[in-house]
Formats: sequence, C-alpha cells, structure tokens
Amino acid sequence: MSGTFVGMPAFPEAAREAVGDTTLRANLRHATRTIRDKRARAVAELDDWAALREAGKRIKDETLRHLDAHLLRLEESVTAAGGTVHWAADAAEANRIVTDLVKATGETEVVKVKSMATQEIGLNEHLEAEGIRAYETDLAELIVQLGEDRPSHILVPAIHRNRGEIRDVFREKMGSWGRPAPEGLSDTPAELAEAARLHLREKFLRAKVGISGANFMVAETGTLVVVESEGNGRMCLTLPETLVSVVGIEKVVPTWRDLEVFLQTLPRSSTAERMNPYTSMWTGTTDGDGPSAFHLVLLDNGRTDALADEVGRQALRCIRCSACLNVCPVYERAGGHAYGSVYPGPIGAILTPQLRGTASEVDASLPYASSLCGACYEVCPVAIDIPEVLVHLREKVADQGGKGHRLEKAAIKASTWVLDHPGALGAGERLASATRKLHPKRLPGPGVGPWSESRDLPGLPAEPFRDWWRKNRT
Amino acid sequence: MTDSRARVLARIRTAVADAPGAVPVARDYRTAHAPDDPARLLDLLHENLADYRAHVHRTTPDGVAGLVARLLAERGARSVVVPPGLPEEWLATAEAVRRSDEPRLTPYELDGADAVVTGCAVAIAETGTIVLDGGAGQGRRALTLVPDLHLCVVRAPEQVVASVPLALPRLDPGRPLTWISGPSATSDIELDRVEGVHGPRTLEVLLVTSG
Repeated sequence: MSGTFVGMPAFPEAAREAVGDTTLRANLRHATRTIRDKRARAVAELDDWAALREAGKRIKDETLRHLDAHLLRLEESVTAAGGTVHWAADAAEANRIVTDLVKATGETEVVKVKSMATQEIGLNEHLEAEGIRAYETDLAELIVQLGEDRPSHILVPAIHRNRGEIRDVFREKMGSWGRPAPEGLSDTPAELAEAARLHLREKFLRAKVGISGANFMVAETGTLVVVESEGNGRMCLTLPETLVSVVGIEKVVPTWRDLEVFLQTLPRSSTAERMNPYTSMWTGTTDGDGPSAFHLVLLDNGRTDALADEVGRQALRCIRCSACLNVCPVYERAGGHAYGSVYPGPIGAILTPQLRGTASEVDASLPYASSLCGACYEVCPVAIDIPEVLVHLREKVADQGGKGHRLEKAAIKASTWVLDHPGALGAGERLASATRKLHPKRLPGPGVGPWSESRDLPGLPAEPFRDWWRKNRT
Repeated sequence: MTDSRARVLARIRTAVADAPGAVPVARDYRTAHAPDDPARLLDLLHENLADYRAHVHRTTPDGVAGLVARLLAERGARSVVVPPGLPEEWLATAEAVRRSDEPRLTPYELDGADAVVTGCAVAIAETGTIVLDGGAGQGRRALTLVPDLHLCVVRAPEQVVASVPLALPRLDPGRPLTWISGPSATSDIELDRVEGVHGPRTLEVLLVTSG
C-alpha cells in the first residue's frame, strides 16, 4: 500500500526535483533548524559529552569485533527467558519467518512499532501480499502509510509534510483504514495527535500480534529496549499476545551497564530531550504481564558485508538518532526521498551502499551526495567518521571500472548539484566582493558587544574564487 | 532450508578475522551530573518532571490519601485502576470506583477506566524519569498505559537517584521495565513537541517526603 523506493532515480535527478519543491524545502528547513538548536542545548547540559561519545564508540567497536560471541550470548539469554530466537540471512528470509509466525497465530492483522529494520526488508508489503494487514502506529509512520508516501527521515518519517498536508491526509484517508478523522479537524498539532489517538486505539485494543524492532539488545541479560515518545510502542509491546521483534545484528550491546551510555546520548541526539517520554525494556516473556509468546528475528541482510569493510564497518555503530540528517546541508535541501532508501541523509549515504552494494545507479551515487563538510561527524554520538567512509566508498565506486564509468559520471553529477546554481551563487559572491570595503569589521547590533570586541569578522577576498579561476586558469 | 544461524555466524567470523583488537572501553564519563544531596536532587527531579509537562506535587505520608482524592476529583476521574499491592491508605478517601486487576482486566475494561494510581521502583532526577518494574503497587505494564490519567507516588529520598548510571544497578533486567519521562508526546509534526498521544495524557507525580 505504501510507496516504494524500488526504481528510484539516482540521487542527482531526485535531488534536483526535490530542490525545486519550495514547500518541501520550507518544511525541511523549519524542522531541521528547530531540532538542531534544541539538540545543541540538550548536549551542552552534559559536560562529559565527549567522554560519553568516546565510550559509545568503543562499546560498539568492541561489540562488532566479537559480534559472533555477543549474539550467541544474547540467544542464550533470550531463550532462557522464554523467547525464541530466529536467524535471517537476508530480507526474504526475515519476511518469511515473520509471515509464518503471524500465520501460526491465525491472525490477519498486526500492529507495528516504528522500526527501520522492518522498513528495510519491506515487511509491510510482504505481509500485504500474504493477506496480512500491518498497521503502522507511530504518528509519522501513520501519516506516511495513509498518504501512500515514503519515509524521508529516520526519526520523523513525515518530516517533509507540514501540518496542513497532514490534516488533508487524515481527512481523506483515515476513513478507509478504520475510524475516520473527527469532523472539522484543524491543522493544530494537538488536534492531529488526538485524531491519531482515536483512530489507532481500536486497533491497539483488539490487536493479537505486535511487530517491533529494537534500539538495543543486551547480550548478558537478553533484554530488548525500545525508545519512543507516543506510547504506541508500549501499546504494541504490551497488549498483544504474540510479539515479534526484527532487529539488526549490530543492535546488540554486551552488558546491562552499557545502556548507561546510550540512554544518555540517544535521546539528546535524536529528539533533543533529556529523556524520551517512554522506554520499554523486556526480557523474554513474563507471566501475567505482556505477550505470552516472544520471537526475536536477528537480521543480517548485508550487515556482515559492511562488517567486512575495514573503513566502512564503523557505520554499524549507528544508533539511528538522526542527528546527522538534521545538520546536513545536503539533506536540508534535497530531503530524504532523494536518497532512494529507508536510510536517508549522511548515515544513509554510507549505510545503504554497504548494505545493498553499489551495482545500481542510485546506490553508486549515494557516496557523492555530500559536500564533505563534516558536520555529521561532529554531532554523531558514536563518532562515526562519515566523511571518511564517503571518500572510501567513492574510491570503491570509481574502481568498479567498465560499467563503473557510467556510475562514476552519475556520481560526479551528484557531487556538483549542490553547487550547481551558478547564477545565484556567482551573483551573491560578486556583490559581496564589490562591497567589501563597506562591511563592518565587528558584528553590529546590541548584545554582542563583549563577544565581538575581541573578534573580527573574517575578511572577504578581493574577488570570488570562481572569477579568479576563470581569469587565471582557463 | 539452509542453516542461517551458522551462515551468519560464519560470515561474521570471516568479516572480522583480520580486524584489529578493539580499544578497551573507558568509562571516564560522570556517574552523575547532579550533586549528591537529597534535597537538591528532589528539587531537580521536580523541575525536570515539570519541564516535560508532568504535574508535580509535594506531600508527606499522611497527605497522600488527601492529595490522591483531590487530584482524582479535579480530573473528573470516576473510576481508578488499583494494581495489586498498592498501599490501601493511598486511596482511603478517594471517591472514585476501584477497579481491581485481580482477575486481570481486559484491554477494553482498562480503556473504560479513567485513572490509575501506582508507586514506582526508582526515579531519576537528572532526566525527570520515573521507572516502573511491575513490583507491588505498580501492576503490569498495561495498567499505566491505557487509562488517560496516571498518578504516580515517588518516595523520597529512598527512591530518588541522580542519574541513569545510578539507576540501572537498582533495576532488575529480568522484570519488564517502563521508563516514563512526562506524559506521552510526539515531535512528529514539524518536529514540535506536543503532549498527549497514546499513553496517559496527564501524568501527576506525588513526591512524598517523611521529613
């Protein structure tokens, strides 16, 4: 029912189209700027942020180095606590396992917690083809599902939609999925959230099967952790009789204590909160509380390929906070859809080509969807050096040869599109140069005195670099 | 069917065969950011809970029943779910109809209840978080999820810790745990935070001190 990334054009074409969409750009600019400032404040509250970041990086590296041992320990712990562990080498196998588990319950509908892993494997589409309806329950996922749209952000999949568009989707589509939107629904976020509450509650109350991912899996205890805000996650994890969690193998952490790092860095990096409203932790099954059957599907689907790449494997540290999307100048202008994957933005540009390979044009173009400004690395709570991996992947794409030549050309187009507005850019540069004698040395305005007294604004060059280049090098 | 377990494990072993050993994890971050002073921790907890739109009240053990009764009445709650093991005196003067969870209430019955009153396992001052572990007076997870109003009693200073690193050792990972920081919320519309989606839209926290 939802849109698909299959057949997507390569990044440059998709980005050009997106950049021309002024509503989309305004929505993205507003949202990413809002969250960027908030995140910076939330992070600044912790004066040991650098130490937490380094610890998170090392915990993940240690986990990946001995991933086999940690997964076996996890399997043992989950099994001892009453859960059943399944292993899926690829998307097709994971989909088959989940479908069989749902069919074994005799149910034809499931409620879902927002999960990147199940989007990655196209679970909803697979279930639909097998006659099972999957209801997304996260508000943004609901907006995407009702709108037959594609997600464009890891944390806020409907970030490309503004409140007016969301109201229109709810008015038009809720009725065909269940309880219709209330009469006279306005576009205030509170009313939209209320409409989602009413629409989904009937589904939660009757649900017999829940499907989730997980943010963390603790090997030593067998505990799974889901971090969320709305309570839809708690509904799906608690009310059904059967719970199936599909989780990438890199989501394991060795010890219970390791959570003390990530439960500090993840909320502040993603929603810029000291702590997200709800975090659920469960270990197997518990008599009289929550689902009586729990299945954990461990998903590879290309992760071991990424793990084999000595530079690229650091992408598997990712805790899916999405801070890198929110600071990325390319993401802010192009939006998430242009990346042709459920993982957009800087992290998607290094994760997708590693999970799927670089045979297709869109995947080969992704390592070039960046200006290498490094802002993503600065904000990453597990210190993934995204620019380093981008450059490494560009080399791999360029080395493909033959067909690679075409891919390389597509890729170079991607790297230039950002700067490819010569009219506006050139005019702006030249205006600045021509008037530079008039520019103040200090920041004007009230309130900046003490700060600006000791700082000069950087001087502007006598002529724009591109003019200089044209005169001296062509 | 191929044995995917063996395949995935073999792929992992091949992938990291030549990888360098990992750098040991240094835990040189802080155990807590807040001072180790019960009164200041309680103030910080109060402040952070309120910052995320929980309604916070202070009382003494003798004042719990009156405060619970008043809050339920003010919110118009006519029925209240009572988890097993909840101190009876907390509801001594409440007028709302008690709904026992023994035998277990169905999701629809829970949906028909207006409120729930619980205790908690631990509260974290720095993040404004209360953690429930299903112990006495807390009930199974659904009880604090489906009703729209949650009253949670925190005993200070014994249940209050400064930080996440100090909270985890006090929790048993074998129990189902729910960490709650304010009422349910969403940032899904234009990344603006809105309180009140699927979980209780109103969270009242009662900080009880014996001093």
